[in-house]
Amino acid sequence: MPTAVEVRDLKAWFGKTEALHGINMSVEAKHATAVIGPSGCGKSTFIRCLNRMHETNPEAKAEGSVQVGGTDIYQMPAVDVRRRIGMVFQKPNPFPTMSIYDNVAAGLKLNGMHNRKTLDQVVEHSLQQAALWDEVKDVLKKKSGASLSGGQQQRLCIARALAVSPEVLLMDEPASALDPISTAKIEDLIFELKEKFTIVIVTHNMQQASRVAEFTGFFLMGNLIEFERTEKIFTNPSDKRTEDYITGRFG
Amino acid sequence: MTRIRFHQELDELKHRILAMAGMAEQAIDLAVQAYTQRDAALCQRVIANESAINRAEREVDEFAIDLLAMQQPMAIDLRFILAVLKINADLERVGDQAVNIVQRVMSMIELPSSELPVDIPAMATRVRAMVRDALRSFIEGDVDLAKHVLEADDEVDRMNREAFKALSESMRTNPEAAVQALDALSVARNLERVADHATNIAEDVIFWIRGADVRHGAGQQMAGS
Repeated sequence: MPTAVEVRDLKAWFGKTEALHGINMSVEAKHATAVIGPSGCGKSTFIRCLNRMHETNPEAKAEGSVQVGGTDIYQMPAVDVRRRIGMVFQKPNPFPTMSIYDNVAAGLKLNGMHNRKTLDQVVEHSLQQAALWDEVKDVLKKKSGASLSGGQQQRLCIARALAVSPEVLLMDEPASALDPISTAKIEDLIFELKEKFTIVIVTHNMQQASRVAEFTGFFLMGNLIEFERTEKIFTNPSDKRTEDYITGRFG
Repeated sequence: MTRIRFHQELDELKHRILAMAGMAEQAIDLAVQAYTQRDAALCQRVIANESAINRAEREVDEFAIDLLAMQQPMAIDLRFILAVLKINADLERVGDQAVNIVQRVMSMIELPSSELPVDIPAMATRVRAMVRDALRSFIEGDVDLAKHVLEADDEVDRMNREAFKALSESMRTNPEAAVQALDALSVARNLERVADHATNIAEDVIFWIRGADVRHGAGQQMAGS
């Protein structure tokens, strides 16, 4: 199975505080990889380094290499990086005043695409991929993104990320603000999306990691303690620290 | 330490399976005693106790399934609950074997005593030691002791084969005592099955502690690590 993202000796800082201490990880293409760990372990910092969101904080810096398709993202323009590596956040953040259609088309328009027919096709395809099309197809331009429910807003954000055809989709606790039904829809969606995209998901919910991801990495205090197939992590982890965390004996 | 209530419930599950284990162990001890003493009252006691073992099996299963459903256990806790479910079934079968033995004993008591070429007490001593060690390995999470149980099973298998050979020969040469020989043969086979259940329990202990599946000779290397 080819590697989609190759992370080597990745370190990250906030000011003088080192938040990641040299992470190595090979993320397999067209699979879901979950990142778990206690609060403050560096898991969100880690995925924010995978599309250079980390450096949007003026205090922050990162070192090491993150290769996507053989190219180091730290040698590419940040705009290109974020087109190739999309991100969905914990709290749905649609553009509140834009219509549903414009929310999905925004990324493409920013990249200079203004062909009406192409935009229509991409918007429909992206909303279908995000399993939202049937619920919004009649109100695409009438309703704003903010008028949708929380779960729908999150799927809208996923559609927006998919519209620019990324290779990798990063998800930072994408269902933690959602009710169980909306969470189940997002998890079903992840299952479908990983046939076409590589997904890296940060989650506090270990059952969610075990349900959606083939691979799981356990972070602790800025280190990647264990990175293995998910079933191994949750049935028979190699490291005592992983076991203590997932069985609730931690701390 | 977090998930305190869950870990208290795991302790409770362990107590319950140990209570069940005590009943199963006692059933085998009484059955063997009934055989050596040709004691019908002991036979009746084993039969009467079986329903308590069956009830305990259902209760342990229910408790374990509730924990699986309600607590979503992981890693060593998940393996522990899975091991308990399997050990529970083996203990219930040990209780059944004890009943099978006393049924043969009751048949033997009806018939004149006969000198048979088989040392059932010696075999029973081995088997009871295996059950005791398997349960101790579970109580103490002792993989070395569990492996010792696996090794001991070969010896019981050998004794059972020898009993079969000697009793078959006895049936041929001493047909008047054929029914007694057949009863003794059944008792030997029941004891051999109890040893198999002890072996299963030992394998489950290794799975719980090491995460290694050593059934049918697999995964021995991992169990040793």
